[in-house]
Amino acid sequence: MFDLLQYTFIQNALIAAILASVACGIIGAYVVVKKIVFISGGIAHASFGGVGLGYYLGINPMFGVLPFSLLSALVMGIVSKKSKIPEDSAIGILWSLGMALGVIFVYLTPGYAPDLMTYLFGNILTVPRLDLYLMLVLDIVIVGAVYLFYKEFLSLCFDEEFTTVQGVPTEKLYLLLLCIIALTIVVLIKVVGIILVIALLTIPATLSRKFTNNLKRMMLISTVFGIAISVTGIGLSYALDVPSGATIILVLSFVYGFVAVGMDILESRHVSKS
Amino acid sequence: MEKVIELEDVWVRYGNQTILEAVSLELKEPNGLLGIIGPNGGGKTTFLKVLLGLLKPYKGSVKLFGKPPEKSRDLVGYVPQYKGFDFDFPISVWEVVLTGRMSHTGFLKKYSDEDKKAAEEALKTVEMFDLKDRQIGQLSGGQRQRVFIARALATNPKLLLLDEPNTGLDPHMQDELYRLLDRLKQEMAVIMVTHDLSAVSVYVDRIACLNRTLHYHNSREISVEDLEATYQCPVELIAHGVPHRVLERHKGSS
Repeated sequence: MFDLLQYTFIQNALIAAILASVACGIIGAYVVVKKIVFISGGIAHASFGGVGLGYYLGINPMFGVLPFSLLSALVMGIVSKKSKIPEDSAIGILWSLGMALGVIFVYLTPGYAPDLMTYLFGNILTVPRLDLYLMLVLDIVIVGAVYLFYKEFLSLCFDEEFTTVQGVPTEKLYLLLLCIIALTIVVLIKVVGIILVIALLTIPATLSRKFTNNLKRMMLISTVFGIAISVTGIGLSYALDVPSGATIILVLSFVYGFVAVGMDILESRHVSKS
Repeated sequence: MEKVIELEDVWVRYGNQTILEAVSLELKEPNGLLGIIGPNGGGKTTFLKVLLGLLKPYKGSVKLFGKPPEKSRDLVGYVPQYKGFDFDFPISVWEVVLTGRMSHTGFLKKYSDEDKKAAEEALKTVEMFDLKDRQIGQLSGGQRQRVFIARALATNPKLLLLDEPNTGLDPHMQDELYRLLDRLKQEMAVIMVTHDLSAVSVYVDRIACLNRTLHYHNSREISVEDLEATYQCPVELIAHGVPHRVLERHKGSS
């Protein structure tokens, strides 16, 4: 098994798994406690427009996704807060609009779009060096922003109205949070793909919530879970020769189901004893 | 001496609906408890949001301590209605109370020793310091309410606003709450809105009725006419063991 570590693509995959787990561990905690899973899914799917744009312009699609996901985060944040239509409808519309744009861009691009499926379903075994550097830079930005705004984000997620009364510009702060989610999605795309991103944002964080009542520890535990599970997933996908992104999600879901059910049984025993 | 509150001819509308109509209120006294009663949907929460600067009236002027609400945030403590909260949120009592310091701490800064001292004092005032490390879901309804009051007190307010603070509390806990407010009102102006008439009978110093318009006479008594205009139906107040009359004596009765 350790022979595998000599291969560059396995090394890259492991580095990518760690970088992705850091981003999704920290930001997933906010997504879960602020209950913004749906808007995060919307940003992820809409960013497919960026993949298409990248192909169309003939650049690395990652550099199409980056501005596009930031833009969709801003538009979704502003539209869902300001417009008169219900927030979930607004998200649903923008979700599919972004994807439709992506399809059109890909169609308009002459020739064959080589690894399109990679962006939809991820393939951690083919992450190139350049993408790793991009992931690292984004991780630094994400961790830095959370370090700087930790107390503001905590208060925003817990009680937005009270935070406004404290003189904090909560609308801008919320948009900033959505932009950081967008960056996280860019980090995660190579690992599990646009379609499966939401599982990495929710499952490790939900799982870690079962072990702590503290947001910082929740971020830490869910990062550790993310690393352990995605490395297991990479191993399994290599051994069984099945797609890596989907395997990681299956391992995540399995572990979650096992732990959640197990803890519920333990808890009910505890209650019936006392 | 600045007046605590100056509201002049304030109007608020949502779409075509008028929520507040020509509301004026002047509160000079820097302490005491003002109870605002009125039916559900009468604009009580809207009224508080105007005072907090969360809602801009389309007409009229709002001043707290001689300044617009956005400029007086470090002087105002706010205890929202807590029924919509997610009590599963991973946050401790201590962290909740500290968020009441943000108007003092400022952006991008860590909480200072002074902030921590203010949070500690606030928790001691509501007798919750021993439970500071609890996650808020592990508290009773009455304890949670006191944590939210402590968060508001951490601001070191000169004006404390409470939105239906007695919701969901049993009579014993309500009584504790009122006794706490009775202590707090010695040091700051306290405004409590509620739809519970019996709540205001014992501890309030001043009383107002709000149902789109505000009836206020700077006294602890309200007239039957005001009450009936507010609730738009005959109101009968039965108060238990009231040490003072809320209602004036009916004319002609003994």
